[in-house]
Amino acid sequence: MAKFQLKVNGKPLQVEADPSTPLLWVLRDHLNLVGTKFGCGVGACGACTVHLNGRAMRSCQLPVSAVGTQAVTTIEGIVSAEKEMHPVQKAWLELDVAQCGYCQTGQIMSAVALLKSNPNPTEAEIESAMTGNICRCGTYLRIKAAIQQAAKSSKK
Amino acid sequence: MKNANNNQSRRSFLKVTSLTGGGMMIGFSWFANLIPNEAIAAATDKMDWVELTGFIKITPDNQVKIFNPNPEFGTNVMTSLPMMVNEELEADWSKVIVEMGDYDTPRFKSQFTGGSRAMAMAWKPLRTAGATARLLLMQAAANEWGVPISELTVSKGVVMHKASNKSANYGALATAAAKLPKPEKVELKKASEFTLLGTPQKNKVGKEIVGGESLFTLDYKMEGMLIAMVIHPPAFGMQLKSFDATEALKMPGIKAVFDFQVYKDGYVKAGFDTRAFNKLIAVVGNSTWEVMNARKKVVAQWEPIQDTKEMVMARGGKREEIIPAGLESTENHLRLMHEMQKKPTRVARKDGDPETAFKNATKVLERTYTAPFLAHNPMEPISCVAHITDEKAFFVAPIQIPEMMKQNIVSNLDIKPEQIEMKLARMGGGFGRRAYGHYIVEAGHISKRVKAPVKLIYTREDDLTNGIYRPTYIMTYKAAIDKDNNVTAIHVIGGGIPESPLHENRFPAGVFDNYLAESWDMPSNITIGAYRAPRSNFNASAEQSFLDELAETVGKDPLDFRIEMLKKAKANPVGKNNDYNADRFIAVLELLKEKSNWGSTASKNAKRGVSAYFCHASYAAHVVDVTMKNGQPYVEKVVTAMDCGFVVNPEGAKNMVEGAVVDGIGNALYGELILEKGATVQKNLNNYRIIRHREAPKKIDVHFVQNNIDPTGLGEPPFPPVFAAVANALYKATGKRLYNQPYLKELGKV
Ligand code: FES
Ligand code: FES
Repeated sequence: MAKFQLKVNGKPLQVEADPSTPLLWVLRDHLNLVGTKFGCGVGACGACTVHLNGRAMRSCQLPVSAVGTQAVTTIEGIVSAEKEMHPVQKAWLELDVAQCGYCQTGQIMSAVALLKSNPNPTEAEIESAMTGNICRCGTYLRIKAAIQQAAKSSKK
Repeated sequence: MKNANNNQSRRSFLKVTSLTGGGMMIGFSWFANLIPNEAIAAATDKMDWVELTGFIKITPDNQVKIFNPNPEFGTNVMTSLPMMVNEELEADWSKVIVEMGDYDTPRFKSQFTGGSRAMAMAWKPLRTAGATARLLLMQAAANEWGVPISELTVSKGVVMHKASNKSANYGALATAAAKLPKPEKVELKKASEFTLLGTPQKNKVGKEIVGGESLFTLDYKMEGMLIAMVIHPPAFGMQLKSFDATEALKMPGIKAVFDFQVYKDGYVKAGFDTRAFNKLIAVVGNSTWEVMNARKKVVAQWEPIQDTKEMVMARGGKREEIIPAGLESTENHLRLMHEMQKKPTRVARKDGDPETAFKNATKVLERTYTAPFLAHNPMEPISCVAHITDEKAFFVAPIQIPEMMKQNIVSNLDIKPEQIEMKLARMGGGFGRRAYGHYIVEAGHISKRVKAPVKLIYTREDDLTNGIYRPTYIMTYKAAIDKDNNVTAIHVIGGGIPESPLHENRFPAGVFDNYLAESWDMPSNITIGAYRAPRSNFNASAEQSFLDELAETVGKDPLDFRIEMLKKAKANPVGKNNDYNADRFIAVLELLKEKSNWGSTASKNAKRGVSAYFCHASYAAHVVDVTMKNGQPYVEKVVTAMDCGFVVNPEGAKNMVEGAVVDGIGNALYGELILEKGATVQKNLNNYRIIRHREAPKKIDVHFVQNNIDPTGLGEPPFPPVFAAVANALYKATGKRLYNQPYLKELGKV
């Protein structure tokens, strides 16, 4: 057991955990941020996607000891200070993307990171950025359309 | 004009009560429309203890809540079913709150005989409940204002009397309405009068989903809750011999390590109690990661199982089932299946004189198709929360058919039915996997033992290596063709391990004067269960691939050939038990033909495949376009035509069909679970292939036949015909007919 000072969704937080504990379980078990999902634990599904300094990361592959001072953002942290939904979340609702919904927070986190680094992605760029995120329900077409819509709406 | 609904038995499933603090509550029977139909039929013939409840709650502050006890695993029933209620209730839909109801103390008993009428069965009771509530509210207004009810109108949850300019919202009327007697006669709107049903409506739980709120069992927490995991044998055909937990118990955060038996000796399993390993080791601790680590430190000894006999409750009553000893493998399965295809089997249906027809044939086309085991892999791994105390057995469970678990829980955990309190969590996918709730009983055992609330978590590996899989199947089709290129007989032999896929009364049965269908199965120690459109998901691939090749052999267009056969079956049906409606089938194919521009020059040049299938009371057909992308065949576009009766929520329905198509493409091209020495080769999503973003089509065009037939299956029917449409298009693209799934493997592309 060791103590870690983390910065999660802009807040400084302290956790006590084994240094090898993946960030995923620190978020879910210790910090009760359950929007980050467990899907495979081996970096193969993207359900656990969070941002580390704004970049998409698989939190199941990141030991808490490796986080350091980097800013962690989870799905709970992408709403604005006024609690307004992120444009990507809005696009998801407008296009009624979800089926079971389990993968969608990970998908949204990957999409937000993509649009941050590439505000106007081509179809191929979307596919390659998102291909690590599995949706077992098969909502891929809607996800792609929602990303395109979010890209368009933020240009306005 | 309104339809009278005089069904007394349905009306008696309704109960009106007053709420403490004012308001009205209507409880009603709400049928589980998510049950995999064939799975239910296979489970037991009569389930008179099935109880389901739904509630409409209207409080004086004018809040209208609909509690939906239907387990939600992504088919959008949290939206579409309450829409049925509200069509008649006529509250303001934008303000109606939908909540997941609990599986609670039963209030009403109903009979559920299962099968494909489930959706249709929900169709009337839900609307009747809504209409009853509305009538009571209107009557309350009529009484208060001293006017006849016939002079009242309702809109968006407000009752109005035009002549006197009076109006009142539902909240204001609910307390009085709750005290009125139930109306004698409830009339339901005709489809032409619907204002909500049939219009696209957004998911009622959308905001919570995209916000990452705690909705799933894995997210659930309670005071003092521990985390539990189980260790199961490393292969099917093995069992626990002994174990040493000394090191595991020294690990930080670990509370207990023990073995336990899931089902009692002699327990008669029902259809959904499937479980391969009855003795498990539980590791219980404070947090997931600690338990995961400690689990690795448990040293277990395993031993082979002996041939075992088990009593199971199945269709047609109790029967003995053999669980054979041995470590099975895919290689062996394939060899055995091909051998069995040549042996005499059980004749399931025979029309005319197929033997003579084959003897006299000028040409015989014979083809054999196989498919591997498949794992469901719902996105959310298996989990269950349990807290068993002397007074109560509390569960938070992701379970497709809660009622089916009752006997199991009662018998194996020594709990009285009335002690069970089950919260139904939203499920991160199901596809059939969560119909088999052994994990609920496991969580119960563990909680009992550690005397604390526990959350049992399966990792992805746990579920993939210890699943309830889609069986492996084989099917041989033969056609006798005369000198004029007429098909004179069809012979089909279907078998599988451990279940036969055959549906002997399905198309093309009914078309040909001479028809023979045979079936066999072979025991196995690998656990299997319902998987999105059970059996149909393979049948369709074999049948529709074969018909495509047959059309080519007799020189016909594949789509027209199917329509022609159906017309024959319509004009002159052979046999009595054909399970499809030729008219509806033809209409779907005609719609597909039109929407896909089938027959146009561009269409002829495209690498296209067609396929159509009927199951779960619905008809689905696809045209698939294949191109090459980075040297790999790629399904770029799909056009779908469907008849699933009245489409309740077109937006949700489209999403479901798209998902089924994507799932079908993925499984057709990549889906495969290989067994070696009794163990699955694929252990996680890094080698079990699920279709990904860049492999999904660019476009899926979904078209529904417009009709007012009571709604039928939607989540399953579009899935089975995808496989053959893909295979038939791949043939056009590569020149190679495909017979063995997954197709990319047969093509040598993986
Ligand atoms: S849980 Fe981290 S990638 Fe699957
Ligand atoms: S919506 Fe179910 S896994 Fe993506």
